[in-house]
Amino acid sequence: MSAGLAVLSSGFRGFARYVSGVLGADAYAKYLEHHRASGHSGPPLTEREFWRDRTDRQDANPQGRCC
Amino acid sequence: MAAAPENRSGSSGREGAVDTDPALPPTAVDDAVRESEDSKWTPGKIALWAAISLLGGVAWFMLAIVRGETVNAIWFVFASVCTYLIGYRFYSKVIERFITKPDDRRATPAEYKADGKDYVRTDRNVLFGHHFAAIAGAGPLVGPVIAAQMGYLPGTIWIIVGVVLAGAVQDYLVMFFSMRRGGRSLGQMAREELGVIGGTAALVATLLIMVIIVAILALVVVNALGESPWGVFSVGMTIPIALFMGVYLRYLRPGKVMEVSIIGFVLLMAAIIGGGIVAETAWGADVFTLDKVTIAWGLIVYGFIAAILPVWLLLAPRDYLSTFMKIGVIVMLALAIIVVRPEINVPAFSEFASRENGPVFPGALFPFLFVTIACGALSGFHALISSGTTPKLVEKERQTRFIGYGGMLMESFVAIMALVAAISIDRGLYFAMNAPAALTGGSVETAATWVNSLGLAGVNITPELLAETARNVGEQSVVSRTGGAPTLAVGLAHIMQQFIGGTAMMSFWYHFAIMFEALFILTAVDAGTRVARFMLQDSIGNFVPKFKEASWRPGAWLCTAIMVGAWGAVLLMGVTDPLGGINTLFPLFGIANQLLAAIALSVCLAIVAKRGTFKYLWIVALPLAFAAVVTITASYQKIFSPTPAVGYFANNAAFSKALADGKTEFGTAKTVAAMEAVVRNTAIQGWLSVVFVVLSIIVIATAVLATVKAFRNRGTGTEKDNEDPALPSRVFAPAGLIPTAAERELMAEWEKVPANLRFERAGHH
Repeated sequence: MSAGLAVLSSGFRGFARYVSGVLGADAYAKYLEHHRASGHSGPPLTEREFWRDRTDRQDANPQGRCC
Repeated sequence: MAAAPENRSGSSGREGAVDTDPALPPTAVDDAVRESEDSKWTPGKIALWAAISLLGGVAWFMLAIVRGETVNAIWFVFASVCTYLIGYRFYSKVIERFITKPDDRRATPAEYKADGKDYVRTDRNVLFGHHFAAIAGAGPLVGPVIAAQMGYLPGTIWIIVGVVLAGAVQDYLVMFFSMRRGGRSLGQMAREELGVIGGTAALVATLLIMVIIVAILALVVVNALGESPWGVFSVGMTIPIALFMGVYLRYLRPGKVMEVSIIGFVLLMAAIIGGGIVAETAWGADVFTLDKVTIAWGLIVYGFIAAILPVWLLLAPRDYLSTFMKIGVIVMLALAIIVVRPEINVPAFSEFASRENGPVFPGALFPFLFVTIACGALSGFHALISSGTTPKLVEKERQTRFIGYGGMLMESFVAIMALVAAISIDRGLYFAMNAPAALTGGSVETAATWVNSLGLAGVNITPELLAETARNVGEQSVVSRTGGAPTLAVGLAHIMQQFIGGTAMMSFWYHFAIMFEALFILTAVDAGTRVARFMLQDSIGNFVPKFKEASWRPGAWLCTAIMVGAWGAVLLMGVTDPLGGINTLFPLFGIANQLLAAIALSVCLAIVAKRGTFKYLWIVALPLAFAAVVTITASYQKIFSPTPAVGYFANNAAFSKALADGKTEFGTAKTVAAMEAVVRNTAIQGWLSVVFVVLSIIVIATAVLATVKAFRNRGTGTEKDNEDPALPSRVFAPAGLIPTAAERELMAEWEKVPANLRFERAGHH
């Protein structure tokens, strides 16, 4: 019973993680990872700054959405 | 970007030209190992593929050969999925092997240009979903519904065979070649490969085609919302919901995308339920019952404001909502069709398959069926998505087959499901909903009389059924609700109510379907206007440099106004068209979309030829030739056909003559003003067709010239290679959904590499 529940909950968590990846919700985490890995000298953007910067850059660089 | 010593990209010896770091495990599965894995047919593998082929064969037999009274919807699922699997496993591998020739030792743009923002290595399965959400919208939900006029079989064959041999090939090739060019856009690639003339023609054609596509998508929404207070309220509510989400993400809880999407989804459901309550009240019906012209103007004003507002406020949050809905809707649709398995009583070929005077769209099966269904089979618009965003996120070169080719197969499956949903409703109801009011007369009595007079086998519809359907879905009327969206919504409501909720839930499911179609379309309208505005600014910027500055407000606003004005004019023309709108304009949508596909395939043809692959050039030439023949024939008939229902100019001449003869009504136009409108509309539509086809012929011709030149120069090494230099990769990831044994082995080796070694980038910043 509890084992089945565990499978279900891990399956659901996997699905939620997948959907959030598709939505792009993990963009900041990936940015931090990149920032760490590439050895930047300055501190990374804060979460708030990052998302601001992200949407503001989309203003100047629109992405198509298909029909 | 530091230049690596391994930078040895040349036309000769492209494979194996990159030397990867010997301190790291291999970044690609050894070619010989992969080959042997691929060509080793274990009994289990043979049994699996024999079973898939057999099931697919039986399903096709049930659809195409057996002529029973009805056919079960499940056979559509089996026929399509089995064909996709075979196409993916065998045909796309041929393309990979002989045309794209990916090399996993090369770094992708996401690796060598990594910036943590635009260029980010993304898990292949996540990127598959991301790419799919970007390419699939309302298109595959609308075209197949309209094409169902000819029966289910022509559309089904074209959607399934077309995607395997044409649509998915285009998406895959464009994505791969763009990836090899650092994620360059289709326009930039056209310029590089086809020269100034071909490149400019491609740019102008793309811009015009976007205007048409946005206009006709908007027309679908207007037709779905006209005289529907429930629909207007719930779709209208998406604007404040998106604004709230935007503010929430910007100021309250930045970055909590999942959280705000769930809140938005709950609010959206509340808006659908609330719409039913509001539409019941006297004031609600009063305020939200709008005629189509008012809605069209509302959409035009909205389109302008939405395109100049900052992205964070409206576009980004609605995009989250739209993506969230997309995943939900597809899963729901698939589950419903598999669980309910509706019986289809539409014939394989209808009476209209062999005629050219169908009420839903005019013209003969060839070529008009092939332009009516564009999205889902071959959609040129995808080339704009497959170049640009997705190639900047791909982790390994080999994954483009799964993401590009596979993603398009998925969209095709959505088109098949939309077709099934639409044909599961009564045939008489289908024609009453999809014929223009000029034919049905607009009331349930006249519509029933007209449908029964068509002499369709097994069709005998009563005014009561039409009235009852409208009541069940919570609408005032379902007669002449053209555009495909309402028909799909009725079909979906019909299937879903058998699954959840019964008749009482039908109105909810209907408006749920209208809501997601409107949401997809509004996002496409919004994003399309923005992309077109930037293209226009860029083009004007070649003469007036100030326009190239994206942040220069007057330029941005002026270009936005021009683009919105252009699609708004076409939209109004469609809404007020005395001939019906959708039936005259939808062929133009398909033609435009497929001419864009012809342009994209032309660019691919030139690239493949320049890479020196002539033996397998037919893989690109085949879909290109088909798209070119279909669209040029369709354009030719639209321009030169003497049948007024088909030819724009023939219709123009007929109405002009009637006006000159002093008639006050002619055909379906009942007033002189309406007749003048027909004359004006047909002239515009006719000249648009002329411009499109001329531009596309220029692009195709320049591509053929580039191909011939490449053939003459073959082996001389004089053909310029526009790929980015090859850089060695420092990462590994499997190519497809399920890793192979060799890939798993390699992944295990990479697991052992210390983290600090895995993706270090010396000399960066």
